[in-house]
Amino acid sequence: MSKDKHTELGLKEEDLVEMYRCMVLARLCDERQWAFNRQGKAPFVIPVSGHEGAQVGSAWAFERSKDIFLPYYRDMALVLVCGFTPKDIFLGLFGKADDPSSGGRQMPAHWGSKARNIITGSSPIATQVLHAAGIAYAKKIKREDAVVGTWFGEGGTSEGDWHGAMNFAGIHKLPLIFVCENNQYAISVHESMQVAGHVHKRAKGYGFPGFVGDGNDVLQSYKLTKEAVDRARAGEGPSLIELRTYRFYAHTSDDDDRTYRSKEEVEQWRRKDPIGRFERYLRSVGIVDDAHIEELRAVAREAVIQGAKEAQAAEFPDPASALDNVYADTELS
Amino acid sequence: MTTLASATSTDTTEMNIVQAVHDTLRDEMRRDDRVLVLGEDVGARGGVFRATHGFLDEFGSERVLDTPLDECLIAGVAIGLALDDMLPVAEMQFADFIFPAFNQIVSEAARIRYRSNGDFEVPMVIRAPWGGGVHGALYHSQSIEAFFAHVPGLKVVVPSTPYDIKGMLIEAIEDRDPVLFLEHKKTYRLIKGEVPAERYTVPLGRAAVRTEGDDATVVAYGLMHHFCVEAAGRLHGEGIGVEVIDLRSIYPLDMDTVLTSVRKTGKAMIVHEDTKFLGVGGEVAAQIAEEAFDDLDAPVVRVAGPHIPAMPFSPTLEHRYLPDVDRLEVALRKLAEY
Repeated sequence: MSKDKHTELGLKEEDLVEMYRCMVLARLCDERQWAFNRQGKAPFVIPVSGHEGAQVGSAWAFERSKDIFLPYYRDMALVLVCGFTPKDIFLGLFGKADDPSSGGRQMPAHWGSKARNIITGSSPIATQVLHAAGIAYAKKIKREDAVVGTWFGEGGTSEGDWHGAMNFAGIHKLPLIFVCENNQYAISVHESMQVAGHVHKRAKGYGFPGFVGDGNDVLQSYKLTKEAVDRARAGEGPSLIELRTYRFYAHTSDDDDRTYRSKEEVEQWRRKDPIGRFERYLRSVGIVDDAHIEELRAVAREAVIQGAKEAQAAEFPDPASALDNVYADTELS
Repeated sequence: MTTLASATSTDTTEMNIVQAVHDTLRDEMRRDDRVLVLGEDVGARGGVFRATHGFLDEFGSERVLDTPLDECLIAGVAIGLALDDMLPVAEMQFADFIFPAFNQIVSEAARIRYRSNGDFEVPMVIRAPWGGGVHGALYHSQSIEAFFAHVPGLKVVVPSTPYDIKGMLIEAIEDRDPVLFLEHKKTYRLIKGEVPAERYTVPLGRAAVRTEGDDATVVAYGLMHHFCVEAAGRLHGEGIGVEVIDLRSIYPLDMDTVLTSVRKTGKAMIVHEDTKFLGVGGEVAAQIAEEAFDDLDAPVVRVAGPHIPAMPFSPTLEHRYLPDVDRLEVALRKLAEY
């Protein structure tokens, strides 16, 4: 009898349950933040739904204690893997003082946390990919056993910063994994108008391997990324992983995706939901049953409700603090 | 042309600006493994101005990094290095080529401390040769300080004596924030001065009074400050006392030194190569008007570049663009006699 898929990948049952939990948490946080947005309590939302498999699968391939993460704004499930809590997510959503990413300075979903090895990000696309290259170069010359991961959409692969980082990573064989969450739309612009050829094939031009996989399959996302991380840790250099997926909602709460894609297309992709798919796998190998799933979901739902409640009750930043942290020298602002 | 050496040590060496850059960088790299240089041609070529000559042999290719021809990459990778506890000194081969890196410098380096509420910082230096008078035409002569000094989170400094180069470069490397370190390329070999062997720092954001006088204040930096010192010397012979202030740093801007002088002389002129409109002179003049209006005996004067896209090549055209000592002398006399 052949081994289970996850056993072949070296994943234990508790890994799978934890991965599933992160995916469900992300989905429930997303649904809750949309509700807050529609109630007029959250001015801006960046949804994650649909990307949970690609994010959790790829993030799980890294060692959270020593590896470095440079995500982009869609990566809520990824930062949950790295130790963000639902309360942290909602502190950011409401712009509260204790928002771990920015203390309420940035829009929601601009992740960062030194304690969790998540490098602060911005809104301009793919700028973080060059920072990842710089960090990976530092890790390499310091002979540190750390691998750097950076995430972006297929739109990000059009930026010069992205090509510069790919080139630099290839030249120096950096311990750097490029993960593209290809959801086929950069706001409204379809992949066919964004990408000449295929994202993963671009790696070849920069002298390192590129792979494509089904981002809605969390185990495949994990497998491709884990192999890349292992190669990087062994000194074999960078990889590009393209994970094909789809976002279920508009780009942000300020976008209307009905203007550029059909309801039928969205429905078709919703049937490939990465969470439902993973759930079916977990049932098929006997790791979870109805009762277990119900319990996991109930615990996650409670964590989201509680986290949101605490974040709502939390303090806003002191207005005077708007002038803090411009320079190390506090006299200068 | 002379420069003031404010050294107290007896062990000094006379050197030019580019030598001071070179020796200071070399000494800081010897002193701290975290310091590294990156840029186009900094390795095998030792820099197009020879600022990193011999570094590749001494420090190796990991810390003397020849980058691809991609200024955006140079800035972005330097940010990553700084985020991982290195002390990168990035070189833009010419300030004119910094614009592809504008987004990385302005949207990223300048904002990382602020946007993370102090969780992250970017202690990096970007060196860039700037300024005209070298037949560099439109793309090898530019002044870029106003673009960047406008951005909170950045420091922009313009040292132009060998003594200041050493003290301020050490200070810039030690600074916990991104510093744009602008070296006027015409001064590289033109300006010589005594540099102490010992390690010392010159604070970023402290102007220097180069000549004292009671009749007019002139505020300048870079090559122009040397021209102003020369023009002031000529007027001194006529009994006109001009106080020349070398700003040395655009941000932080040392208005205390400027205002103290203006309150004494009652007259102020600001000189820079950069275009007059929305240039540094506008800011200095506005702050003088806000803080010392009652002490002024004459309108504030700006002598600066004309409103043309950049410095042209032909010697007659270049000369038309760039203020020289004769022109500054005339302008200063007119102000003193107002």
